[in-house]
Amino acid sequence: MSAASKGAMERATSAYRAGLTLLIAAACYETVARSGVFPAALLPTLPKVASTLWTLLLDGSMLEHAGYTMYRVLFGLALAVAVGLPLGILMGRFRAVENFVLPLASALMPIPSLAWVPVFILWFGLGNTVAILIVFYAALFPMLLNAWSGVRAVNPLWLRAAGAMGADERALFWKVIIPGTSPFIITGLRQAFLRAWIAVVGAEMLAASDWGLGWVIFDAKEFLNADVMLAALAVIGAIGFLFERLVFGSLERATVMRWGMVRSAKG
Amino acid sequence: MADLAPASSPYVLTAGTAVRHGESRWRIIARNAFPFLVVALAWEVTAHLGVFPRKLFPPLEEVAAALVRLTATGVLPHHLLDTLIRLLAGFALAAAAGVAIGFAMGRSRRAEDVFLPLISIGAPIPGLAYAPLFLLWFGLGNMTAVLLVAFVSAFPIVFNTWTGVKAVKEIWVRSAQAMGADDRRLLHHVILPGALPYTLTGLRLGLAQAWRILVGIEMLAAVPWGLGWMIFGAREFLNTDVMLAGVAVIGAVGLALEKLVFQKLERYTVVRWGMMS
Repeated sequence: MSAASKGAMERATSAYRAGLTLLIAAACYETVARSGVFPAALLPTLPKVASTLWTLLLDGSMLEHAGYTMYRVLFGLALAVAVGLPLGILMGRFRAVENFVLPLASALMPIPSLAWVPVFILWFGLGNTVAILIVFYAALFPMLLNAWSGVRAVNPLWLRAAGAMGADERALFWKVIIPGTSPFIITGLRQAFLRAWIAVVGAEMLAASDWGLGWVIFDAKEFLNADVMLAALAVIGAIGFLFERLVFGSLERATVMRWGMVRSAKG
Repeated sequence: MADLAPASSPYVLTAGTAVRHGESRWRIIARNAFPFLVVALAWEVTAHLGVFPRKLFPPLEEVAAALVRLTATGVLPHHLLDTLIRLLAGFALAAAAGVAIGFAMGRSRRAEDVFLPLISIGAPIPGLAYAPLFLLWFGLGNMTAVLLVAFVSAFPIVFNTWTGVKAVKEIWVRSAQAMGADDRRLLHHVILPGALPYTLTGLRLGLAQAWRILVGIEMLAAVPWGLGWMIFGAREFLNTDVMLAGVAVIGAVGLALEKLVFQKLERYTVVRWGMMS
């Protein structure tokens, strides 16, 4: 048997086993849920969760919640990029900026973003502002530190080569430093989004406003609506997964992979 | 899933300012202290000018006073102790389960096929999103907090251990086998040390994750003691000084976990064995 067909067969077996695992897990869950050992309100059956999800999607409320959550995440993330990216690049280029910002960043970084929620609620009141600022705080450090290490990791030989070929400071920046830093920047964006996604759910639970996926889950607890909670969890997971795979995956393919900075991880 | 990625993240590598050659110790201290002085000064000026209500924006001396007062009365140590016990309990569970599952996944194709889909589905959901579900299932209190911390921090541990076991060079395994190592010795002397740098990265990421989740879940799970609860409870009474003192302690613990626990552990194992510089 050739190596290629053997690999394909192994992959098929894996896919088959993966499907089987999920089926068995679902079946186990279903059996426990139907056996009535736990109250149905706490452990709804899968069809119930699916139908709840369907209803919520149809009447548009789930989409609206998701929309609010996305708005907060993207707003906070955009702020974090707007601040973290230039600051990180400046840190990489100028010693003085690095000396000033790095100690502060090292001191603030170990504080989990959610620890700020009560403080921010006091300062800014309940609602959107708190969620956006928490997202900003969570996303800022991955962005900042990745941009900084990216600039420092640019091969000095490239800088000197470009300088020798007569590139001025501006050309150097746009043609060498930015593309050279881009794999780090994209990693930073990825990590920032992941942090932001975690932070927004927590912020929405604690700084309860009326909309948002985190709020839905937390609110459903009051009414023992475990089906709504599971449905919202599925939506949260799906959006996170989509962003990770589609948005960042294609961003990576369109930039750093095309420029030959990194090769695709799995050939 | 960048947070689960095995590559050591830049924060781990570079947090803290590197020591440069030819710089005296005092100069380094002064260089690192300067930004804090500037920020502290700006904070003091804003607080004393009364731009914001003093209750909401206390000057730093009040925060420090709150810190001293709470420590002296034993309230803060009690909160801190309870939080740390929860962290350790949750993390120990996660480490035991995570390393075991990760090893099984790395060594056996069957285990990999079974666990990988479950983990790929669970991992993209932010840990705190499970919190209300856990609250509903396990009730308010300690149990929920510990289980949630364990559940959430297990993901990076599984993921990195799995990668580490798979990254053990085939040639090491084969040469050990050729030299007559049985399965136990192989596991003990080749695979375990070989996978350790990754496993340690996973444990470190898991601990960081556990710490982040724990603060959040303490606010939600209505535990009687705990730092997260302390700052969340202080909000009711507008005790901003207590809250900021709590935030500072949380940051200090986070820093200590990273610097004291893991860097030491790394130095005694993988660095000494020459697997990492």
